Amino acid sequence: MGTVRRHAFVECDADTVWAFVGAPERLHEWFPITECRVEGNKRWITLAGGIVFEEEIVTLDHDLRRFQYKIINNSLIKFHLGTVDVIPDSPNRCLVMYSTDMDPEVLALPISGAAGVGLAKVKEMFDGR
Amino acid sequence: MGRKILFITTDQQRYDALGCNGGTIARTPNIDALSRDGITFDRAHPQNVVCMPSRSTMITGQHVSTHGVWMNGVPLPQDAPSIASDLRTAGYATALIGKAHFEPLLDPFLRFTENRIGNQRKTTDNPADPHRGFDHMELSTHGAVGQLHYSQWMRDNHPEAIGGFYQVLDHELQVNALGGGETNAPQIKVNPIQKDWYHTHWVAQRTINWLNSLPADRDWFCWMSFPDPHHPWDPPASELHRVPWREVDLPAGYIENKSQREKILDDKLRHWRGWYDGTFVSNYEAPAKWVPATMTADQVREVNAFTHVENELIDEAIGDVLGAITARGWESDLDVVYTTDHGEFQGDFGLLFKGPYHVDSLMRLPLIWRPAPSAHTKPSRVNAPVGLVSLAATFAHIAGVERPSYTEAPRLPINNDEARELGHERVLTEWDSVLFGKIVHLRTICRDNWVCTAALEGSMSAEGEGELYDLVNDPLQHVNRWNDESVRSLRDDLLSDLWANLPSQVLPLRTMDAPV
Repeated sequence: MGTVRRHAFVECDADTVWAFVGAPERLHEWFPITECRVEGNKRWITLAGGIVFEEEIVTLDHDLRRFQYKIINNSLIKFHLGTVDVIPDSPNRCLVMYSTDMDPEVLALPISGAAGVGLAKVKEMFDGR
Repeated sequence: MGRKILFITTDQQRYDALGCNGGTIARTPNIDALSRDGITFDRAHPQNVVCMPSRSTMITGQHVSTHGVWMNGVPLPQDAPSIASDLRTAGYATALIGKAHFEPLLDPFLRFTENRIGNQRKTTDNPADPHRGFDHMELSTHGAVGQLHYSQWMRDNHPEAIGGFYQVLDHELQVNALGGGETNAPQIKVNPIQKDWYHTHWVAQRTINWLNSLPADRDWFCWMSFPDPHHPWDPPASELHRVPWREVDLPAGYIENKSQREKILDDKLRHWRGWYDGTFVSNYEAPAKWVPATMTADQVREVNAFTHVENELIDEAIGDVLGAITARGWESDLDVVYTTDHGEFQGDFGLLFKGPYHVDSLMRLPLIWRPAPSAHTKPSRVNAPVGLVSLAATFAHIAGVERPSYTEAPRLPINNDEARELGHERVLTEWDSVLFGKIVHLRTICRDNWVCTAALEGSMSAEGEGELYDLVNDPLQHVNRWNDESVRSLRDDLLSDLWANLPSQVLPLRTMDAPV
């Protein structure tokens, strides 16, 4: 099992950041993917190289500000759990964390790398708002 | 007109692969001729013994601590310095053809330019300000999967031959441990591909095509980068007759007696024995499911045979390119620099592949600089320690460009006297790996024919541990003298020199965005 975590401190209140990051259908606005579609608790994302991941939304907890999802129906992936947390640090600052637990473990690394790009985008969009 | 620069690299090639360095298996007449007419370095080390960090050193002229690509999978930043950019600014046409690997290969999000331009079948991302200063990039790696240009070319032209290559990753995306050939050695495959579809030939032909696209009066810098003889070892089957594996002598570094071999391994830092026994795989450079202790002498022979077939094909491809350059009338103004990014165990100590092991198998590299005949430089052999960190300054020197301020080492010398004048007293190598909690940090200095490696705090080592080898009296590095009181003052002096000269590591460490 590979476990990797990325984080960013964002100079913005947690509710504002969560309203964006906690909207599963808006993933393509900050994560380096080309398409995103949500139906019920299912999400499909398309990567730049044309790969499509089917995902199951496991947790969407607005009180906890936690989003969790699993990649499903993929013959390569034995286990996956992605977790996004938005945690208040002060009235105008929050911590956004993106964790990936995965088997095969090596796939956690490129997903984590993409999460790093995504978190930088969130920071760019919300810092100082 | 100025001097043209052909920079040739191979991947994972040992010093003793070449005839000019005492190699007796592969026939390498074209490279040997470059050595005969040029400067051959007998103690050239990389600044890291895996691909991405070492290649990043070549292009930036910086140690790993400075450029920050501390392991495969850590991308070189888009805006990192590049000697190709400086040469381009000076008016040179620039190209990189073959294996780049400044950015991760496993890139499903297509975040990185190398993969993206391959996927889009382009040879540049931006002609006005091209990626890393190369006007033209046509890229390849080992085999024909992924997004790079060679893979696309194979898919377009010879899709039926793609399956002939060894499958580098297994179904769990781990480096494949599957054996092949006649001995079931790992990462060996008899590949039915035609010789002129194989990537060595492709790299040479794409290089010739690019050179032929240039006007006769244009100065140019071409990095021709062969993916071989890096594993997997799957050269065209039609060429295997060149080196019958049963006739290959075991390498001098292979210790046949098991108990003697294990005693020598036990005398080194503990991660050596951990890998040998299959209990500690520190990095993604070797198959995690393969246990080196199981390797047979015949497997070592077969791996060596396949490797030397690949070495011969590289030499012939170089001959083709040099012939094309001569046909263009550029020979008298042509500088050729030949090297590799790191070495390969190839059976030494009962091991294959590479990792955190700072001995000659992985650190002593072939390096040849054949200056332009018009420069009338006297051929020589240089035994002063030099590093790949000197390449960027060397290219600037050849082009008549001031040494860029970002480079951290003087240019290569043309003889031992000049090595002293330029300050080539020592060469430094670093290792950092933290793959899923398996941590190894090493810092190494080579000076005065000694190699001294300090371990930093890690999974199997504590600060204060290390390795010390006498290269003159122990050329195979069998005797670790780290705890030998008779050389304690020498060891301490080498360590002081190491810490005084190693650049401070840029922190925080950049993130690892892929396994490789």
